[in-house]
Parts: sequence; C-alpha cells; structure tokens
Amino acid sequence: MYKSVSQSVLFHVIFGLFAVISLPFVKKEAITSQQLITVDIIQISEKTQLPFAPKAREIIEKIKKEQEERVVTKQAPPKIIPKEKLDAVPLPDQVKNKKKEEKTKQNPEEIKELNRQTSEFEKKELFDPNKIAALIDKSKEETADIQKKQNLELTQNQDSSVNLNKGITLSQEDAIKAQIYKCWNIPLGLPFDQDLLVRVRLKLKQDGSILSSEILDHARMNQPGQGYYKVLAESTLRAVKLCDPLKMPATGYEKWKDLQLNFDAKEMLRG
Amino acid sequence: MKNFFITFFSILFFSQASFALVKIDITRGNLEPLPTAVSKFYIEDPSKFSEELKKLNLEKKISETISNNLKRSGLFYIIDPKSYIQSPNIAHVKPTFQDWALIKAQIMVSGKLVIDEQKRLRVEFRLWDVVGGKEIEGLALFATPQSWRRIAHIISDKIYERMTGESGYFDTRIIYVAESGPKDQRVKKLAIMDQDGSNNKYLTLGNELVLTPRFSPTAQMITYMSYFKNLPRVYLLNIETGLQEVVGDFPGMTFAPRFSPDGKKIIMSFAKDGNSDIYTMDLSSRVVEQLTTHPSIDTSPSYSSDGKYITFNSDRSGSQQIYVMRSDGSNVNRISFGEGLYGTPVWSPRGDLIAFTKIFKGNFYIGVMRSDGSGERLLTQNFYQEAPSWSPNGRVLIFYREKKSGKSGTGGESSLWSIDLTGYNERKINTPTDASDPAWSGLLSK
Repeated sequence: MYKSVSQSVLFHVIFGLFAVISLPFVKKEAITSQQLITVDIIQISEKTQLPFAPKAREIIEKIKKEQEERVVTKQAPPKIIPKEKLDAVPLPDQVKNKKKEEKTKQNPEEIKELNRQTSEFEKKELFDPNKIAALIDKSKEETADIQKKQNLELTQNQDSSVNLNKGITLSQEDAIKAQIYKCWNIPLGLPFDQDLLVRVRLKLKQDGSILSSEILDHARMNQPGQGYYKVLAESTLRAVKLCDPLKMPATGYEKWKDLQLNFDAKEMLRG
Repeated sequence: MKNFFITFFSILFFSQASFALVKIDITRGNLEPLPTAVSKFYIEDPSKFSEELKKLNLEKKISETISNNLKRSGLFYIIDPKSYIQSPNIAHVKPTFQDWALIKAQIMVSGKLVIDEQKRLRVEFRLWDVVGGKEIEGLALFATPQSWRRIAHIISDKIYERMTGESGYFDTRIIYVAESGPKDQRVKKLAIMDQDGSNNKYLTLGNELVLTPRFSPTAQMITYMSYFKNLPRVYLLNIETGLQEVVGDFPGMTFAPRFSPDGKKIIMSFAKDGNSDIYTMDLSSRVVEQLTTHPSIDTSPSYSSDGKYITFNSDRSGSQQIYVMRSDGSNVNRISFGEGLYGTPVWSPRGDLIAFTKIFKGNFYIGVMRSDGSGERLLTQNFYQEAPSWSPNGRVLIFYREKKSGKSGTGGESSLWSIDLTGYNERKINTPTDASDPAWSGLLSK
C-alpha cells in the first residue's frame, strides 16, 4: 500500500516538472515592447547602380533566354498568300468590303480634340520658358476655362467622388445642372411664397436625347388657383426641350437613363 | 423550393435597380428676357371694308404697339421682324415652328384683323409656344377702329400674364401734373395718358395749381389737391363725366389725398395749428375720422391692399421716418431704421412691399422694403426724384425726376420715369411737357 502511494506521488512530481519545463503556457514571461523598424523597399539598381549578384544575373538571363525561345517557337508560320491574277477584276462585293475596312481603320490624326490625351512629352514641347510671364497672367483664366470644359465634358475620369445614392458623380450632376440652367427661362411674376416645385421625369436615350418628358404633378396644372403653376410647368418643359440632347456621361447609361429634374424657382425669385 | 429562391432574389435585385433614379435639383435658371417674335398682324382680304383698314395701317400699328409694350417690360426680347421667315397669314393659321426656332424665338405672336358690316374691328390673336410646338393662348376682341390701341394693350396683357404668371399692366393709364412756363410763373395742369405715353389729354386748364393726383380703384375717379383762392383743398374729379367737386371745406390745409382700396374712403393729412395728422373721410356720409393724434407731422398716408393697415411718414422720432399702423389708428410702429430721411411711402398692390423716397447725403433714392421694414432695397439714385406709384401688378414703379437748375435759369426740367423691381429696367416716359406727381391707374379691363 505504502509502496504504491509513494510511486504515485513520485510519478505526479515527475509529470509536474515535465509540464513546467516543456509546456510554454505555464511559463509566464514579461511582455516586452517591440521596437518598430520602418523599412523602405527600393530597387538597388535605382539608388546604387550596383550590378546584380552574379548568381542572380545568371538566373535572370536564363529566364530571358527561355522566354525568347518560347516566343520564337510559338510564332505562327507565315501565311502563304496566293498571288493575285493580274487579269482578275475585283467583284463589287469585294470592292465594298475593301472600302469599309479603310473606314474602320483607326487614324490617329482623326482623333477628336476632346478625346485625345496629351502626353507629358507633348506638354513639354508646348512649354516655352521665354513666355513664363504671359503664362502666369493667363493662369487664372486657363484654370477657370479648364474647369468649365471639364464640367461640360463628361468623362469617367473626372471625379471619383461617386454619389452612391444617385449613381452619377457630383461633377456629372453639376454638368447636367449647368446645361439646364442655360435653357430655363424662369417666369418672373410667380408668387414666390407659394410651392414652386415642378418635378419632371425624363427618359433618355444613350446619346442623351430625350425620349419622353413628363410632369409628375400634372393634375396640379388644372386645379383652380394654380394658374402660376401651369406657367412654371410649361417653362420647365420648354427648358428640357431646348436642352435636348443633353450631354450625358459616356458610360453608365443604365444609371442615368431615367432622370428626374426637380425645378424650384423659389430661391431665384425671392432674390 | 429552388424556384422560389430564384424568384425571390431576382425580384429583390431588379426592384433595387428600378429605384436607382437619378434626381437632380434645378434651383437656378435664366433671367434673361424671353426671345419673342411678334409677327405683323394681317388683314383678311375677303372683307368688304378691308381696303379701308389697309389705309389706316392698323395691322402694323397694333403689332408694333404690342412689341413696344413687351419690350418695355424688360421681360421680353423682341426679335427683329426682318429675320422672320414665315409670312404673317400662314404664321397665324399653321406656323412652321422650325422657321421660328431657327431665329431663336421661344414664343411667337400672330394675329389678323377683320372689319364687319357695322364697321366693327375684330382683332384675333394667337400666342404660340415655338419650343413646345403648340398654341397656348388665343383671343378675339371687338372694338371700333379708333380703339385699336386699347386692343393692342389688352393683347399685350394677355401675353404678359400667360408667360409670367402675373397680371399685366399695359391696359392702364397714368395721371400726372403737366408743367409749363417759367419757374416763377409755373402753369400746372392735370393730364392723363396711356401707360406708354400715348393718348395724352389735359383735364384742367391750368388756372389753379394742382398737386398729388391719385386714381380711385375703379379708375373712373381722381382725387387731387388744388389751390383755390390760395387755400389748398381736396377735390374729386370724374374722368368720364368731367364733374368736379370739393371733398370738404376744412378750416386748415389738407394734403396728399389717396383712396382706400375699396374706393369708399379718402385718407389724407390735415394741418391745423402747426400740427399735421392723418384723417379719413367716408365719401358717402362725408364723416371725418382722425387716426393719429401725435404732436408731430404725420403725412403721406397709404392703405395696404387689404385695407387693414396704413403706412405714413412722421417725424415723431426726431427725423422723418416710415410708420405702419392699423386702419383704425392703433398699434403705430416705426419700420424704417436706415440712415437718412424716408418719405412718401406707398403700399404695393400685391401687399408685400412698401415703396418710398429716401434722402441721404444730398441724394434722392427710390427704394422698396417689406412691410415690416426688412429687406430695404434702393432701386435708383438721382439729384432729385420722388413720389413713387405702383403699377397694378406691383412689379413696376413710376416716379418723377428733376434736373439740377443752372444759375442762368437753365435746367430744372422734370420728367416721368419707370423702374421695375429688379432695378435694371429704368425707362423715361415721354410727355409733351414737363411732368411731375405721376399716379398709375388699375387695369381698365378687369
């Protein structure tokens, strides 16, 4: 009995010691704060102009060689074009196809000014250091012009601040507003203390032309004492027609094909 | 079960897509005058008396008068008739809107003239929405050929109303004091004319000095002040009959009479023992009621359009300022607090604004403020100008302006001017002689 008890105690002690030494969670270590070291990753060749390590160079050259070989082996054999008979007169269908091909060919000279992107090199060429003073004088006007142009030319790259509720960017919205502002002749005699909101629903084609326009509160036009509303509503429809076609963003048609314009003359008439 | 989930998720997806409507608030617009084409009216040939009409050249006169009215309002830009492509008779029946859109017209006016066997003139006009491609107004009017000018004014009013949303002011008249002769022997006569300065007529001979004529709301009656035996009195004059009567024989001096909006009372200031107060007189019973009792000079009273309030000027605060009180004389409140002196307040027929004359640093201004004194706006400034009077739609003010007198006796001419509430459309109204104290009538054709 005594013997078995002592063996059990011994066994437990050994097991406990083993646990203390080997298991990591039993041993509590003090938390030491680690120092953060910022590391900038740079290309050695950019800063030091040092050659790559000879081993690395070998590997790179080997890969390059393999790639070149692959390109050569994968290249399709040159197509054998049958010689045209000198006597052969081209059929009318063939002539037509030929002409079409010529038209669809991209001609960099024909790229419209608005779509054309100026490269940094071209910009440098345009720069004349002798005309700095003139450039400074016109800088304000130019930035204003550029901003105006940007508002009118709706491109996807203009502004990335997409209004998630609307599906178009704020600058695109501003550009549409600017177009309508010019077309809307506000009737000046309207009672500005009344509700002067006219909601017009537009359905647009992909090119920005108006498929249909509808006054949402149409019933109000014929209500007694709402003669001013009729005048206002008609002015908004004229504005929409005068602005047809609208300059809309080049992409995202699904987002703007249905448009609601909320015309409110109150602010302008109250002064 | 699978189908149910497909249907459920597809409805969810497509319903979200349909709610993605782009809404844009348009809170600004163009305040430029509306491009308008007024096609020359034409005479319908089959008419028996059409030759007679052609001699009068009424088709040209009517369309020119309409053009001038609209142009003077400052809200319409009349496109040069030389650029019109379509002939007047076709334009009146079946206009080609593309032709009118080509010259940038947004609206077009056309009309025809017919004279019947009773020699009555029938003028038919149509207003076309060029952009919308439809007729938006049409009217036929009968009158004697001599009344062609009134017809042109009524048509102008219809166009104005249809395009601006408020009533016009072209079929109205202006009464004023016509002045002639040297400064020390000035002859002042009552004169009346159309709002555009045409049809000028004199109502008095000029034997007595006349001042501050004002129309009654019915436009048949005028009240004015005249000196008789060096004593100022308030008179009533019926324009149609020419009958004139003294409103009352007061022991003191009476000034600045004006009708109440219902035309039943006259409100005026009455000076007695060096103190001037506001009084009203019932025209049917001739009962006089004193409204102010302050020992200061209260004058130039004017009713609000609903007749519930009166505005006047008083020096009770130490300087001449504008006040508003209830029509029974209670609850007097000062509303002008700017620098300078304020006088001749007149309540707008729309009820929203009070026009006034302001004197500040030797200059005279015509301005407007809200009836609580807020939103003061000075519309025009000059060496000497005063006495604003509202057009019936409350959009335009007429007043008179005097030039500086030279040492040699030159200058000092007075003339009538109008200005709209924007302050930009200021125009001189031509009169045969010097003119002062203008007052605008209500619409003749209500």
